[in-house]
Amino acid sequence: MGGGPVLVWKGDGAVEERTERKPMRIAVLIKQVPDSDDVRMDPETGTMVREGVGAIVNPLDLNALQAALDLKNDAPGGAEVTVITMGPPKAHEALRECISMGADGGGLLSDRAFAGSDTWATARALAKAVEKTGPYDLVLAGEKATDGETGQVGPEVAVLLDLPFTTYVVRMELADGTATVRRMVEEGVHIQRLPLPCMITVLHALNEPSMPTLAGKKRARRIDIPVLGASDLSMAPEETGLRGSATRVVRISYPTVSRKADMYDEKSLDQGIERLVELLRDQAVI
Amino acid sequence: MSIPAKEFFVLGEVRHGRIHSVSCELAGKARELADSVGGTVSVVLFCDELRDDPETLVKRGADRVLIVQHPTFALYDQEAEIRSLAHLARRYEPEVLLAPATTSGRTTLPAVAALLETGLTADCTGLEMEPGSGLLLQTRPAIGGNVMATIKTPDRRPQMATVRPRTFRVPPEAERSGRVEYPAPPPSCFQSRVQNIGFERAQEGESDIQDRDVVVSGGKGLKRPETFRLLEELAALLGGGVGASRPVVEAKWIGYSHQVGLSGKVVAPKIYFAVGISGAVQHLAGMQTAGLVVAVNRDPEASIFRVADIGLCGDLFEVLPRLNERLRAEVKGR
Repeated sequence: MGGGPVLVWKGDGAVEERTERKPMRIAVLIKQVPDSDDVRMDPETGTMVREGVGAIVNPLDLNALQAALDLKNDAPGGAEVTVITMGPPKAHEALRECISMGADGGGLLSDRAFAGSDTWATARALAKAVEKTGPYDLVLAGEKATDGETGQVGPEVAVLLDLPFTTYVVRMELADGTATVRRMVEEGVHIQRLPLPCMITVLHALNEPSMPTLAGKKRARRIDIPVLGASDLSMAPEETGLRGSATRVVRISYPTVSRKADMYDEKSLDQGIERLVELLRDQAVI
Repeated sequence: MSIPAKEFFVLGEVRHGRIHSVSCELAGKARELADSVGGTVSVVLFCDELRDDPETLVKRGADRVLIVQHPTFALYDQEAEIRSLAHLARRYEPEVLLAPATTSGRTTLPAVAALLETGLTADCTGLEMEPGSGLLLQTRPAIGGNVMATIKTPDRRPQMATVRPRTFRVPPEAERSGRVEYPAPPPSCFQSRVQNIGFERAQEGESDIQDRDVVVSGGKGLKRPETFRLLEELAALLGGGVGASRPVVEAKWIGYSHQVGLSGKVVAPKIYFAVGISGAVQHLAGMQTAGLVVAVNRDPEASIFRVADIGLCGDLFEVLPRLNERLRAEVKGR
């Protein structure tokens, strides 16, 4: 951010000195995930029915995007917001949704070579993309995605880029080249300050994501979203996807719902309450 | 030539000078794993001042406690912790590195994994050494907790995993001997770019529901925000906390810090009450490892009953007052 004073022609021949600010450059890392509201359980097997499930932008990533969009208004020189994701070609939709909400542009990392990436391989590709399209003053992401639930990619990207970073952020203020954040942790609120450029992962309580606008939707339809593959990021095949991953899934098992409820209805309610009191005593809760 | 024993590292957690119980849970688990392959266990603590006796970790299974003391650790300093832990991992070359899946563990570990160029599995619920290969089998719930995935880190070291608090039991204290060491990472490890400004402790009563033995959660079935009073009353009688499903948090009936589920908190209390909650996958993923689940719902077909141990099928506006009344009598009677 910043930039020194510049001379501006006022039209009548006079010259005014003005402090011109360059817009901040912000990258928001997002992920397309299955819509968990659409997900139903198969009552027989207790497993998830994924057929016909829609795809959405990971909800916490929308909070990260909103934080970036707020800076377009609040930062002295405004902000230019780029959304980046790795995924199949269909992840274009997720980027277009972010652009319709107000992001300026997007980049899609999509390549067969990326298939089977664990969080480390994913983070390496995203870090390369941030490097290639940067430099950025700020990199934002949701704390975790609702499908993988690991929360690992954000910190991994930060370290690969050697950016100072923080996590679980519910409030952030930018001033004088620093970000002051409030982190929601187990026993309270932890307040930290980081120099820019830095990376921040955010929680739901940070803000309320806005709806796409009509103008935004029009722009999102027309905008060209570049697709980057492994070679565009100068990554060798053995660095990407399954081959570039440190972990291997060796087994998938389907735990069935293991509980069998003792059911009580209105008529047997007293009985149910007595049984419950007994169990609470056993557990030393009362 | 003797082969050096395999080293098992545990990142312990110190909060405001106290050793958090998850450190003992992981010391016990690491002991179990190490014993199956003839290895040794080291618990690493980063702290400013330590108000608890590190011997407690030896009694739970550690052969060695490595304490890195520095004023920067008065509050969580991710950059100093990441650099110091990576330094220790390079120096001692552990086979396995376990850490709590707390906000700090989940911040430190991915960064350390990336620095050490190795893999990491989050929120493991099962850990064992594979016979033969001697590799760590890391089992975790995937896709909303309906599928269990078992993961290996075949070629890279250390094999890293995080584990949520209360996943494993604190083992009983044993008379063991171990030593306490104070390794000193180079000063550059403590030159953090992150500045700690302060910490605001949550008020008593709004303390984290993840630390409660009893959680009483409400959903859309409560019909209006005021109904949470009935749940607060029940929670107070049992010394528990109040939770909520996503829809009522989104409707702003109660704060986000109370949200249980995939997009909120995962809780594993001794007793979980789901009141007026139908049991969407999103919610179930946040509570299904609770000890005892009590569901109150008027719909006998509600999915919540499938993960419940006690199902009270009826109008919550009738069930809850009767339950509260009964418990008041019980508590008074003692």
